[in-house]
Amino acid sequence: MKILKLPKEKLDLFASVVQQFGELHAPVEQDGKYVFKRLTRWSDARLEYDRTILPPKKYFLPPRETLFRYRPGEGFVPHTEGLDQRIILFGVHACDVYAINILDRVFAGKYQDPYYQARRKNIAIIGIDCSPDKQCFCRSMRADFVDHGFDLFFYDTGNYYQALVGTALGDDMVLATGNLFEPVDASDIEAYKQRSVDKRRAFQLDVEIRDLPEIFEMEYQSEMWEELGAKCLSCGSCSMVCPTCYCYDVNDDVELGSRAGKRTRSWDSCLFVSHALVGSGENFRGTREARIKFRFYHKQRGFVAEYGRPSCVGCGRCISACPVHIDVVDVIDRLRRVQDVASR
Amino acid sequence: MLLADEVATYHPVLSGNPYQPHMARIVRIYKMVDNNHLFTLRFMEDHLAHSFRHQPGQFIMLSVPGAGEMPISISSSPSRPEVLELCVRRVGRVTSALYRLKTNDVVGVRGPYGNGYPMQEIMGNDVLLAAGGLGMAPLRSLLWYALDHRDKFNNITLMYGAKRPEDMLFREELLALVDRTDINCLLTVDADPSGAWKNHVGRLPALFDHAKIDPLRTYAAVCGPPVVYKFILQRLLDLGFPKNRILMSLERRMKCGVGKCGHCSIGYKYTCLQGPIFTYWDAINLPEMI
Repeated sequence: MKILKLPKEKLDLFASVVQQFGELHAPVEQDGKYVFKRLTRWSDARLEYDRTILPPKKYFLPPRETLFRYRPGEGFVPHTEGLDQRIILFGVHACDVYAINILDRVFAGKYQDPYYQARRKNIAIIGIDCSPDKQCFCRSMRADFVDHGFDLFFYDTGNYYQALVGTALGDDMVLATGNLFEPVDASDIEAYKQRSVDKRRAFQLDVEIRDLPEIFEMEYQSEMWEELGAKCLSCGSCSMVCPTCYCYDVNDDVELGSRAGKRTRSWDSCLFVSHALVGSGENFRGTREARIKFRFYHKQRGFVAEYGRPSCVGCGRCISACPVHIDVVDVIDRLRRVQDVASR
Repeated sequence: MLLADEVATYHPVLSGNPYQPHMARIVRIYKMVDNNHLFTLRFMEDHLAHSFRHQPGQFIMLSVPGAGEMPISISSSPSRPEVLELCVRRVGRVTSALYRLKTNDVVGVRGPYGNGYPMQEIMGNDVLLAAGGLGMAPLRSLLWYALDHRDKFNNITLMYGAKRPEDMLFREELLALVDRTDINCLLTVDADPSGAWKNHVGRLPALFDHAKIDPLRTYAAVCGPPVVYKFILQRLLDLGFPKNRILMSLERRMKCGVGKCGHCSIGYKYTCLQGPIFTYWDAINLPEMI
């Protein structure tokens, strides 16, 4: 991979040049938390943030979007407005890029999702390095480093940002700045490696994900699920803030006084009581216990069978979002402890 | 003879946007049973009507403009192309909207989706179709496929049970099969207040007394309400059916039909992609399957 470095004081300049490639969005502060938002001025960007309330998935799979407009005589006309808008997401953490890479696989395959794919093509990602806080466990989930899925990725090595160039677009961004970026030498690589070692040491949370399929298989009847079901409010907050939860609902709305309308999709959650409810009234996951168990199984176990790894990236958002403090690390730890005390 | 469904190779009609419904005209609404009407559809675009091919057991996503979209199994056989027949029970919001439509009104169709019955495996074997109530809807596609390719299958047995004669789906066409010698068509009703019913009266499993089933040479396709699964599955296991020769058609909430929206997920599988036809072995190995 092409590796360059950018003097830290030149970051402002880079940000102004890069805007020719799209509308600049970055984390900004809002009520003491952070949100990805369109920048009105570069000084609003907060690149040393912990985590945004919503992950960047909102750009690729918006909370609500129109798929089709329907008019009698015309049928369903795809709604493509905004799909070609060029956006640059500045300051995406590795776990969130990893999550987008996972969503890429979900929305690809035999039936590609053209809405997701169009946005993915038109939204550039500039990643930024981060330091773990007490809710981060991306390293445990092997998502603390990404080798693809971004256009540029900046690592703080002191006086410089070391930049991994991920795509041809990222390379064009570098070239557009003229001579802002400099080549790296051996001492820069050493500085990068030191920063990696320091970061790894800074993790406070660790969860062992080896054997998860086996453990989940054996603990399907565990009493813990009943306990969690009694605690869970089925509010769906964990799904909304999860960078890899992709379930969506589809609804048709008719315009008042007309036979025309639109078909929209919106975020859904497997914790909602209607998630597995069918027309006849049968609900295949009618209890909260069944639903929260399903969420854990799909994320930590089902995905391993489908894609070879859990879909959780360890961003820690669900830990902060849960109003009754259900903690994914704690859940996995408890299941593991039941299975083997010795390995920990 | 070259059968119609062997002319064109199987291909989904949709490319590009998998969510794009294609408009189809309701050419016929047949009131088979109260709240269980048979809707015959034909794509507005002729080339779609000609090229649409499905496997027995597959489903489509049916759009009722203004109301929404829902998965409906295809009741017609691919051996009888050009139109699609859908047996729809009026139960919810979208089906109720469908029931307000009239002949020549327009709906949206996309698909076909799902795995369908494993026809290549089934061919050359005996086939047992066991259905209760609305379970006949997806099995009817398989039934006519087998009858239209009669030389590709050995013994064919149909066991179908309804509450009363007037509740029996496809009643006329199934009654016409009773006298045929190339199928053992066993029809039963729980009760016959009219006294006009000439076939069996009694529970569905009792029909096994009138059929010769070789469990090692037969594929059993079962569909129906939970009570049917409960008794028929037990009966098949008692007969010695291997669990992968018992095929079940499952229903789930679906919003996309193409493995994205997440609703039909069972354990680690999507009903819309890996199903809706599952073997009994799959069923007992996936949590919350039945």
